[in-house]
Amino acid sequence: MAEFEPMVGRYLTLTVEGRDHRIYFEEAGSGIPLVCLHTAGAHASQFRHILCDPTVTDYFRVLAFDLPWHGKSNPPVGWQNEDYQLTSEFYAATVMGFVNALELERPVIMGCSMGGRMVIRLAVEQGPHLTAVIGLESTDRPTPWYDDNWTDHPEFKNGDFCAALVSGLCAASSPNEFRWETLWHYYQGGTGVFKGDMYFFRTDSDYESLSSRIDSEPCPVYLMTGEYDFSCRPEDTIRTANRIPGAEAIIMKGLGHFPMSENPEAFREYLLPILDQIKVGR
Amino acid sequence: MFDTLAHSVNNDTFLVRLGCRMTAAFLVQVGTREFFVTVDRGRISAIDEGQFRMRGWSFAVRATEEVWRTFWLACPPPGYHDIFAMSRFGHCRLEGDLSVLLSNLRYVKEVLAIPRRKADTGGGDG
Repeated sequence: MAEFEPMVGRYLTLTVEGRDHRIYFEEAGSGIPLVCLHTAGAHASQFRHILCDPTVTDYFRVLAFDLPWHGKSNPPVGWQNEDYQLTSEFYAATVMGFVNALELERPVIMGCSMGGRMVIRLAVEQGPHLTAVIGLESTDRPTPWYDDNWTDHPEFKNGDFCAALVSGLCAASSPNEFRWETLWHYYQGGTGVFKGDMYFFRTDSDYESLSSRIDSEPCPVYLMTGEYDFSCRPEDTIRTANRIPGAEAIIMKGLGHFPMSENPEAFREYLLPILDQIKVGR
Repeated sequence: MFDTLAHSVNNDTFLVRLGCRMTAAFLVQVGTREFFVTVDRGRISAIDEGQFRMRGWSFAVRATEEVWRTFWLACPPPGYHDIFAMSRFGHCRLEGDLSVLLSNLRYVKEVLAIPRRKADTGGGDG
């Protein structure tokens, strides 16, 4: 008899900005909804270890969806004649569309990298409707580490290049198996999708002037960054946390830009105490 | 490191296949020493030590000997574990036609990291 993993995958259609988007998501557990947002150019499999962790799923209903164009979520009808470009408006509307479609009550939103950027915007706009936000490798403003013109290089559309570009964002100490699985997500990316996400991440997500408005009383803000991350450096996260009254910054030893997928065992040691705080606070 | 680099690369059939689209030369500077690495379809055909006055290269990676020694540790510390991390923190300089680097990125990164294989088995020579 096969040993099944506990998560189940389903599809739903969300209408965002007037267009239908067929969305794939996985979920496991019950309790406080915990919505996970993947990094640029990747997909929700990054959160598979959390979906399989009973210490989490005994208290949280963990949901991880693929953004349109990513993973098993389709691009919209007509995609073949357009360049994908993720905007802040579309991203925020998609996340809240997912939350509303599943009637999730005061969810926790946990996002990594560009997902970690998005949770800042959501905390500003939706704070009272959220239980907490967790920004992994998160800053409130772009912190680019390579030249803008690289995104115009033809290689930027190739998964092989995208994986090599981000390979150093993994910690040197992360297990090989999981580091390469993390990079596989980038090999899998659709042509031009990573580049399209970079529009949001590098151009359309400067929330530095807004983040101080976050009220972390109803919506605690946890910012967790790996010490090996040179895209969102620890000092970038600490600066962001300093702009948000009550925000907590946690710098994670031995982890990089993809903590949940590159070293799941090490990451859960940092995550579980935060989830415990959230449980108590709610 | 440069004594054995060509041998290590050329005897790694997977790595040679990874670099099969690359025919170019690049420069690695280690402190005051310059090494001119010539790649022919993924095989390293020559590594020449300079200084060179009139020899062109596509791109260059320049760092101090201490930085490279740290980069080549089996498990380098944060900021020294990747050429882009080193560039971001000012530990190394990337110069020249970076499009050649970008077009062969995984290959070049793996070539530059080869000394870590020795370090991993306790025989690191920096």
